[in-house]
Amino acid sequence: MSLSKKSTIIVENLRKKQMMESISTGKRLDERSLDETRPFEIELDVIKKANGSAWVKLGKTEVVAGVKVETGEPFEGLENSGALIITAEVLPIASPHIEPGPPDEETIELARVVDRGVRQSEMLELSKLVLVPGKIVYTIFVDCSIINVDGNLLDATSYAVVAALTSCKLPVFEIKDDKVVDTGRTQEPPVTTIPVSVTTVKIGDYLLLDPNIEEEACMDARLTITTNSKGSIVAMQKGLKGYFTVDEVKSIADKAISKGEEIRAKLKELIHHGKKE
Amino acid sequence: MVQNRSLIDESGKRSDGRIIDELREVKINVGIIKNADGSALIEFGKNKIIAAVYGPREVHPKHMALSDRCVVRCRYHMSPFSTDTRKSPAPSRRETEISKVIREALEPALILEDYPRAAIDIFIEVLQADGGSRCAGITAASVALADAGINMRDMVSACAAGKVDDKIVIDINDTEDKEGGADMPVAYMPNLKKITLLQLDGELNSNEFNTCLKEAIRGCLKVFEIQRSSLIEKYFGDEKGLNE
Repeated sequence: MSLSKKSTIIVENLRKKQMMESISTGKRLDERSLDETRPFEIELDVIKKANGSAWVKLGKTEVVAGVKVETGEPFEGLENSGALIITAEVLPIASPHIEPGPPDEETIELARVVDRGVRQSEMLELSKLVLVPGKIVYTIFVDCSIINVDGNLLDATSYAVVAALTSCKLPVFEIKDDKVVDTGRTQEPPVTTIPVSVTTVKIGDYLLLDPNIEEEACMDARLTITTNSKGSIVAMQKGLKGYFTVDEVKSIADKAISKGEEIRAKLKELIHHGKKE
Repeated sequence: MVQNRSLIDESGKRSDGRIIDELREVKINVGIIKNADGSALIEFGKNKIIAAVYGPREVHPKHMALSDRCVVRCRYHMSPFSTDTRKSPAPSRRETEISKVIREALEPALILEDYPRAAIDIFIEVLQADGGSRCAGITAASVALADAGINMRDMVSACAAGKVDDKIVIDINDTEDKEGGADMPVAYMPNLKKITLLQLDGELNSNEFNTCLKEAIRGCLKVFEIQRSSLIEKYFGDEKGLNE
C-alpha cells in the first residue's frame, strides 16, 4: 500500500503558523506538551486464528498485528537461528490518501525499522527455535495491518509487534520419521527483553514526541530510537531531509531512554492485564 | 465431496451447536475507522471484517471518471494472519474475483447518477476468516455505505445457505464449507426484494435449490434486522430512543 500521497495532506499556512505559535509556548495544538506521548490501548488475542495478536491504538492511529508460526529453512548465514519476519501494510481503509498498490519506500522503511528494533534488541532468543540445525527452524511471521493513520506509525506498529510476540503461544513442533509434526501443545515464546521505540520529530527548532498526522506534515526531520529493558539503545533511524545537531541527538536519546522506560512499564502492564483476561 | 463424519447430529445440532436455520452470532459496530467517510466492523461468527468507504470523491486517474454517474471501486483483501495457514499479502485470484462480485452486489443499491464524475471506494479487510467472509463483507460494506451518507435505494444484506448431510442449512461455517455438500452465497435487497449476488459451489437438485434460495433469503432478512439496528444504535442511541 502506498503512502506516497501522504504529501497531499496539506496543512494550510495559517494552521502551520498557529501550530508554530502554539509550540513556541510549549503547548501543541492537541493540548499536549512537547514531550507528551498520546495514551495508548492494547487489546490482545483479537485474532483467534493467529498464534498471537494485538490491536493497538495510539491516539487515533490503529494497528493490528498477528503472529503466525510455521517451519522452514533457516536464513543463509543464520543456520542455527529461527527465522523472524516482520511485515507491515498500510491498508487503504486507513486514510483517504492511500491507494491500493505495492508498498512504497515509506511503508518499506516502516516495516524495516520496526523489524530492526525487535531484531537488534534480540527480543526473541532465536537460537532456541531450531528443530534440525541448518535444515529446519521455526519461522515466525509478524504481519501488521495499519487500519487508521494518525501519525507515528513507527511506534504504534512497534508496540503492536511487541505485544503480539510477548503474548503469543508458539506451537511445539517435533521431528518424527524425518517429518515435522505439530504436537498440538504450545510453549511460551523465548522473550528476553521488551524493546520500545520512541520517535521524535523536529519542527523548526522544536523537538516533539509522538507526532500526529498534522505535525508529521510539518516536520523537518524524524529520529526513531529503540531501547531494550536495560535502557540501552539498540536501534536508530533518522528520516527526512532535515537535520539534527549533536546536542539535539543527545537530548533525544536521553528522552528516548527515560520515556522508553515509562512506556515499557505501561506496555508490560497492559500485556499482563490483557493476558489475564 | 468427502463426508467422512456427520456434520449434523440426531438432535439436529450442527458442528458448532446451531440448529439448521440459525445464524452465527452477528455484531456490527458502525463508524470504527475514524478517517473513513463510513465504516463498519462486522463480527460474524469468528469472521472479523472491517469495511471502510471513502467518497464520493475525485477520480484518480481522471480518465476513469464517467460523465453521467459515479465509479465504484472495491477491494476485498485478507490479512496474512486471517487464515489457518498464513496467506501471502499479495492479492490472489480469488480475492480479485470476490472484489468484483462484491462490487456488483452493492452497485444496484447505490444511486450512482447522483454523483457524476466522482468515485466511491469500498475497502473490505478480512482480519479473521471463518467461512462466509464475502457475505459478511457485503453486509458490512452496505452498512459502511449508509454510514458514509451515500444515496441508496436499499440496504444489501447477504447470507449463504447450503447443503450439509443432505439437509438445507443457512449461514455455512468454515467446517461445513470444506466438508459439506453445497454452498450458495446470496446477497439481497430486502425492501426491493431483489437478488444482487448469487453463487453456488456444489450440487443441488431443483427442489433443494428452491429451498436453499428461500432459506438464504430468510437469512438475509435476519441479517438486515441486525444491520438496521446497528445503524439506529449509532445515529439514535438505542431503538427505544427513536420511538419516543
